[in-house]
Amino acid sequence: MTTEPSLVAEVAAHRRRRLRRGAALVLVLSLLILAAVALTLSVGSTPVAPLDVLRVLAGQEVPGASFTVERLRLPRAVLSLLAGLCFGLGGAACQTLLRSPLASPDIIGISAGSGAAAVFTIVVLGWSGPAVSVAAILCGLATALAIYLLAWRDGVAGARLILVGIGISAMLQSVTAYLLLRAPDWSLQEAMRWMTGSVNGARLSDAPPLLLALALFGTLLLCQSRNLETLRLGDDKAAALGVRIARTRLLILVGVVGLIAVATAVAGPIAFVAFLAGPIAARLGMPGRPILLPAALIGALLVLLADFAGQVLLPGRYPVGIVTGAVGAPYLIYLIVRVNRAGGTI
Amino acid sequence: MIRPLPSPDAPAGGNLSCAQTPRAERGAEAGDPPSASVPCRIDADGPLSRASARGRGAGTAPSLRRPARLRWAGLTLLLAALAVAAALSVGVGTREVGWADIAGGLAGRTSTIGEAVVAVRVPRTILAALAGAALGLAGAVMQGVTRSPLADPGILGVNAGAAMAVVVGMAWFGIETLSAYLGTAILGASGAAALVYTMGSLGRGGATPLKLALAGAATSIAVSSLTMAILLPRNDIAGSVQAWQVGGVGGATPDAILALMPVLLAGLAVSLLSARTLNILALGDDTAAGLGLSVARSRLVAAAGAVLLCGAVTAICGPIGFVGLVVPHLCRLLCGVDHRWLLPFSALGGALLLMLADVLGRILARPGELDVGIVTAFVGAPVFIWIVRQRRIREL
Repeated sequence: MTTEPSLVAEVAAHRRRRLRRGAALVLVLSLLILAAVALTLSVGSTPVAPLDVLRVLAGQEVPGASFTVERLRLPRAVLSLLAGLCFGLGGAACQTLLRSPLASPDIIGISAGSGAAAVFTIVVLGWSGPAVSVAAILCGLATALAIYLLAWRDGVAGARLILVGIGISAMLQSVTAYLLLRAPDWSLQEAMRWMTGSVNGARLSDAPPLLLALALFGTLLLCQSRNLETLRLGDDKAAALGVRIARTRLLILVGVVGLIAVATAVAGPIAFVAFLAGPIAARLGMPGRPILLPAALIGALLVLLADFAGQVLLPGRYPVGIVTGAVGAPYLIYLIVRVNRAGGTI
Repeated sequence: MIRPLPSPDAPAGGNLSCAQTPRAERGAEAGDPPSASVPCRIDADGPLSRASARGRGAGTAPSLRRPARLRWAGLTLLLAALAVAAALSVGVGTREVGWADIAGGLAGRTSTIGEAVVAVRVPRTILAALAGAALGLAGAVMQGVTRSPLADPGILGVNAGAAMAVVVGMAWFGIETLSAYLGTAILGASGAAALVYTMGSLGRGGATPLKLALAGAATSIAVSSLTMAILLPRNDIAGSVQAWQVGGVGGATPDAILALMPVLLAGLAVSLLSARTLNILALGDDTAAGLGLSVARSRLVAAAGAVLLCGAVTAICGPIGFVGLVVPHLCRLLCGVDHRWLLPFSALGGALLLMLADVLGRILARPGELDVGIVTAFVGAPVFIWIVRQRRIREL
């Protein structure tokens, strides 16, 4: 009995340490994102001094810098940031829910639905602008719903959901490829956007839907993150601990689909960001801490840096999806080998 | 390693696949030297019939085998359907042709437009049949090697690997001849197959269908984004790759078919000769090893046959998905799970499916045509989902 107060104090201290470390991680990541935004705004084919960038952002007219920063670089940076947040958050939530680092929305077909719808409306129906986004969002939701219903057999099991998603995704990708490659005025650059994702041609008017999605679905996911953590223990244990399994799962899926579909409608299915953010966050964070917020920040950081690398560092101006895809491929192999060596299941 | 035994009341589709063969059923015996409990001359007659009769009990064995009469009837039916499909493929298309045109075109005359159309359709039909047979066979072998009902050259990322190798060869090494395409595609296909199988079989539980499918899907995404990265700065080759990235048989020429033939024959021979070892592998690794089979080597040989087949087809036609998935499952309904029957059936069934898909693509999109790759995706994805729904979660 005498040891109890010291035990309590120890647990409390441990908890404080974990909280502090989680907060420190979020802080560091936010600072890195700020630095990346500053980098993308000032470095490029026409360098702009950081002070001039600040003056432009403050609304002043700076000759030689205003157009580059305000019209070209700012929309790119803002869209990269917001889309990265959406992909990172949605991807990590999906991976945690389905208990597999490979089960991210881009692999199980949620992005494929949005992408196919966007390509169909652009190539076949000749739409443009917000109509395409709306179609992509609706089709992403419909695809996710179809995957969910097709995987339903006395409840939804993770494995079946993943496999049905892979099947649907393979079908939709062949539709996307067919439409793009057979389109009369086929342009590789435009096709690339819908096959691997790109923020070329970004406009600030694309930002509000992303902000809305983050406010709505992002908040939903962060509110559910406690239940999500409990779900990781397994359905039976989580149910015993008082989590309503079916309801939590549905809410989280809705959140994931909302974020991914909106981000895909704006930037295309940027390859592997949703897939990479979660595992990186899990590796940086403390085990057992919720990873959703760090994962979102890492997603944003990934997209910002990959777009910067594709535009400035690499020859030939690659769209962001190509860079993330090329980074993601080796990481995927590394991840699988590491997880397996640790004895986990994928 | 040890998977739970499927219960006898397995779902309706449960008897379609070798993948549910219990692995640990005879695990205790498998440790014994082969001579102690198991006959050494396993190749004297059908290993499956004997082993399954003993290992499985009489209760489920009849449902896995089909009477010989049914098999022969199925074979006749398939051959008849093939003939009909070939006739359709020559006679039906974007342009209507009369009987005289068909006769003339088949005889090699190209004096009227109709005859010329028929003359173009003949190599196309032959290529569709060959490619379909190769893909169906490759799918059946892959399902046997991985013991996954969801194995397919498309799902496992093997076709994507072959496609990337061809693009790399065109962009960096300037390959231009058909035989160079074939070689690089086969190289890429083997690389992707090895990678996906290694990724899928690491860790707890070995190569489960779920892990293999995930590894294949992830590899496909990674590989296609690398392919794009290579292609993007190369406008000079983008055009020729564009025509080829959705699988199709529209560009068939006699030259392509001639170049394809030797590789296909080699792949066919290796695959068909593996039928017996695939039957033994279906009993589970432990049992197969106990029966004296070198498990790793027989897997490698059979997989090499499948990789030859689907790599060669991808080089000529582009990536065509789902044929290798659908066909073996439908053929198991006709001929049971014995690979000595299943493999030839799958080859014929694949030829039939691809020819019909090609004809369908020509009819649906008149006056243009749909590539056969997209038709098979729409036929195949529902079957894939049906297979997933048939099975219990544990088996996935």
